[in-house]
Amino acid sequence: MSSVAKKKGFGGHIWDYLTTVDHKKIAILYLAAGTLFFAIAGFEALLIRVQLMIPNNDFISAGLFNELLTMHGTTMLFLAATPLLFAFMNAIVPLQIGARDVAFPFLNALGFWLFFFGAVFLHLSFFLGGGPDAGWTSYASLSLYSPGHGIDFYVLGLQISGAGTLISGINFIVTIITMRAPGMTFMRMPLFTWTSLVSSTLILFAFPPLTVGLFLMLVDRMFGANFFDHTMGGNTIIWEHLFWIFGHPEVYILVLPAFGLFSEIIPVFARKRLFGYSSMVFATILIGFLGFMVWAHHMFTTGLGATANAIFAVATMAIAVPTGMKVFNWILTIWGGSVKVTVPMLYALGFIPSFVAGGVTGVMQAAAPLDYQLHDSYFIVAHFHYVIVGGIVTALFGSAHFYWPIMFNRALNEKLGVLTFWIFFIGFHLTFFVQHFLGLMGMPRRVFTYMADQGWDTFNFISSIGALMMGVGVILLVINVLISIKSAPLNRRDYWGDGRSLEWALETPLPFYNFKQTPLVRGYDPYWIEKEEGNKEGMVYAEPIGDIHMPNNSILPFVMSIGTFVAAFGALYSPWGDQAKAGTAESVSPGLSLALLIGGLGLTIVCMIIRSFKDDLGYHVHKEEVVQIEKELAEYRAKGGKR
Amino acid sequence: MMKGLKKWRLFALLSALTVFLSACGEEYISTLKPSGPVGQEQLNILILSVIIMALVVVVVSVIYLLAFIKFRRSKVGEDFMPKQVEGSHTLEVIWTVIPIVLLLILAVPTLTATYKFADVAAMDQVDEEGNKNALTVNVTAKLYWWEFEYPDLGIITAQELVVPTGEKVYFNLLAADVKHSFWIPAVGGKMDTNVDNLNKFYLQFDEESEGLKDGVFYGKCAELCGPSHALMDFKVKTLDPEAFDTWVAAMQATEGNVADQNSSDAGEAAFANSCLGCHAVSAVSGAGVGPNLTAFGDRNRVAGFLEHTTEETTNWIMDPEYYKPGNLMTGKYSVTEEEAQAIAEYLMTLSVED
Repeated sequence: MSSVAKKKGFGGHIWDYLTTVDHKKIAILYLAAGTLFFAIAGFEALLIRVQLMIPNNDFISAGLFNELLTMHGTTMLFLAATPLLFAFMNAIVPLQIGARDVAFPFLNALGFWLFFFGAVFLHLSFFLGGGPDAGWTSYASLSLYSPGHGIDFYVLGLQISGAGTLISGINFIVTIITMRAPGMTFMRMPLFTWTSLVSSTLILFAFPPLTVGLFLMLVDRMFGANFFDHTMGGNTIIWEHLFWIFGHPEVYILVLPAFGLFSEIIPVFARKRLFGYSSMVFATILIGFLGFMVWAHHMFTTGLGATANAIFAVATMAIAVPTGMKVFNWILTIWGGSVKVTVPMLYALGFIPSFVAGGVTGVMQAAAPLDYQLHDSYFIVAHFHYVIVGGIVTALFGSAHFYWPIMFNRALNEKLGVLTFWIFFIGFHLTFFVQHFLGLMGMPRRVFTYMADQGWDTFNFISSIGALMMGVGVILLVINVLISIKSAPLNRRDYWGDGRSLEWALETPLPFYNFKQTPLVRGYDPYWIEKEEGNKEGMVYAEPIGDIHMPNNSILPFVMSIGTFVAAFGALYSPWGDQAKAGTAESVSPGLSLALLIGGLGLTIVCMIIRSFKDDLGYHVHKEEVVQIEKELAEYRAKGGKR
Repeated sequence: MMKGLKKWRLFALLSALTVFLSACGEEYISTLKPSGPVGQEQLNILILSVIIMALVVVVVSVIYLLAFIKFRRSKVGEDFMPKQVEGSHTLEVIWTVIPIVLLLILAVPTLTATYKFADVAAMDQVDEEGNKNALTVNVTAKLYWWEFEYPDLGIITAQELVVPTGEKVYFNLLAADVKHSFWIPAVGGKMDTNVDNLNKFYLQFDEESEGLKDGVFYGKCAELCGPSHALMDFKVKTLDPEAFDTWVAAMQATEGNVADQNSSDAGEAAFANSCLGCHAVSAVSGAGVGPNLTAFGDRNRVAGFLEHTTEETTNWIMDPEYYKPGNLMTGKYSVTEEEAQAIAEYLMTLSVED
């Protein structure tokens, strides 16, 4: 059972990843899949910006443009940002709390495979008649009207991948609450663990409304129901509510872990304890709570009435207060510290002003009467890209550099990293800063073209140039990753030299069981405390070396996800939908549709039954084996990573 | 020195802002050059919020830059071990209270304006004879075009909204197929046209549109509604009240107008054969399937965005799908090139203005 010595063939590696329940390998799966979809969605964004580079452009047709903008938004939020954050949560959170794995390793794998097959299903739309074209919000009247299967792919793909996200969220809540090492009290948890906990809680409450909305849309479109069809007594505004009750917290689901990542990066490179830890925790929880109270600010122009608009305007403004607290705490962490400008820190330093800019425009839009002008204009496009790119993407890129040594036992190149940062960062501001003014000058969002001489030509051109620069930045980052594969292994602990939390106490490459003995946490920033006291061994331990209980691998999560994937095709080509009946969408015979539905879901359910009846209690790595593995790892490190 | 730096930054930022706010955008479409009290008030809130937010940004940037410049490792030394402070209650209170105060300052005009803009009570007020005091326009958004009905005046038009200056004009907003959003950026903020329910709001137009570049304000659809969402433009002509009354009377006088199948004008005859089923040529005819064409000759654009020429009209009639993909006119009729040309020429003669 050695993690190093065992030689595997290529097929063996594939099988290993298909069946793995190891949080570190699932993190790599999330990272790879997330990067793939990030690249696809980024490419879609480039096509969009090339089309809008000059007025009256005919590079992309109107219909395709709507598909691109829908898939860009949907993919970036659901299939790129979410899995990439899950990658870091999987890789780092169990280490930060001193756990051997997550609470439900089987569910962890199931969550990934559901997400992955949902995402693949959604992307198959491009090859099977065209993608969804009603925007990532998919407002009901337009999405019901949309011919073909695009919207069906959206509904089913998100339903499947959403289930995966929900499962992962629950898993992290349980992991963080129950699997902390001795001494790791709640108020000693690192900020990234805290934000992962709060964000997972938001997932728990925010995804069910989306699931409900998608299910109603599913039966409306594919089985002839009328929840959103106003001509049959349905109501489209209910979709808007369901979507945004999910959609607004979704923003915080993504941005809170990003805050957490920066709260890890900044103290390390300022060589100073995070300023105002308890107020940071409080602010995180408050943002999470308020995040559920503000959804209708996306609907100021829907006509909810003055009182609703007034309440949601004030509630939205309130969110600025805890967010502001965080920004000041980060700056005060730097104040009095010793700042080393590495690539991760560069991203953190770039994040602060960018995110503040995105935050203040958010407050401007909270002013409902002003939002009547800003809503659905390019101003909002600028605003949320400042939050998402300036906040979340910078966190992802910075953390990739920051955590690469732990995840892969390799470092990303610093010089190339600095170059990448500047190209991406300048491109980002070039792209989105001018879009504020485009919006104020009357340009609506989601337009596939615009007439010349409305005062928008120059800024659109600048914006497109910036987008191309961002594209170059991403390519450089990918090159950096490729170079790192060939670089020398690090074989050490605490790569950055000033690590503070538990994950830096481990020597890379990590054994599959993480800590050979569960560490004893003696305060906030436990590894820092040990270093202060001159402990050369990393940590002190809460137990003697003993048997380690680990979970078994399983192929069932993969098979279960395939089941839902198959069933989704049964629903997609259902002959009972309005579009199918009207002849505007392909369908199959009732028998085949039912067979796919029942067969697919049946496969999933059979797997669940097998899982329930076959007790899988995992296995024990015996004490002698642990000692042996540690010895082999030490030799491997001593030889500089050669076997 | 610190203070001087801060003041200088604030001044520079504000002046840069003023330049941006005053010089940006075209008068007929920019929210930064409003011509009406609604848009003006929204601009005022914009300026207030920009000032508050600029203040925040400047303060944050100054502290941030100072922190970064003063405490770089190259400056404090490689071996410097910072004091591991936990936090400061005083500071936490300060940066909680100050933002709250700033937000309260912004909240007051926000709430006032929210209620003010939603006040449409005057729509239903009548004078002693039972006539409505205020002008109401029923806006119906349809796939890629706009219908404007004046219920109290008994007339209907499409694509080009005509309104009097200097008074509040009330709107009933509805969508006929999918959701759209009604937006005249230079006059005031938008409101959605839902399929389920009527939305009501008002705007006030203070400037006559004649002096503008195209003689009209630009209106936009602001909610994604399908492939031709970007092309779902309309135009707004604002007239002084007297001219508006003249226009209304001329529109009302078109009552009973139809195109004659047996007309000696080949265009009129072809129009009567192929188009009249959907397009009325009388403004007193109720809602039609397609846009009402009574005032086609007076319009600024064809189909909302094409040059207003006979040639473009002909092109449009021959292949509307090419110009506005997804429109509902394509395939409902068949005309030859000559007929289309004749129809276009006929349409250009449909005018109620001098």
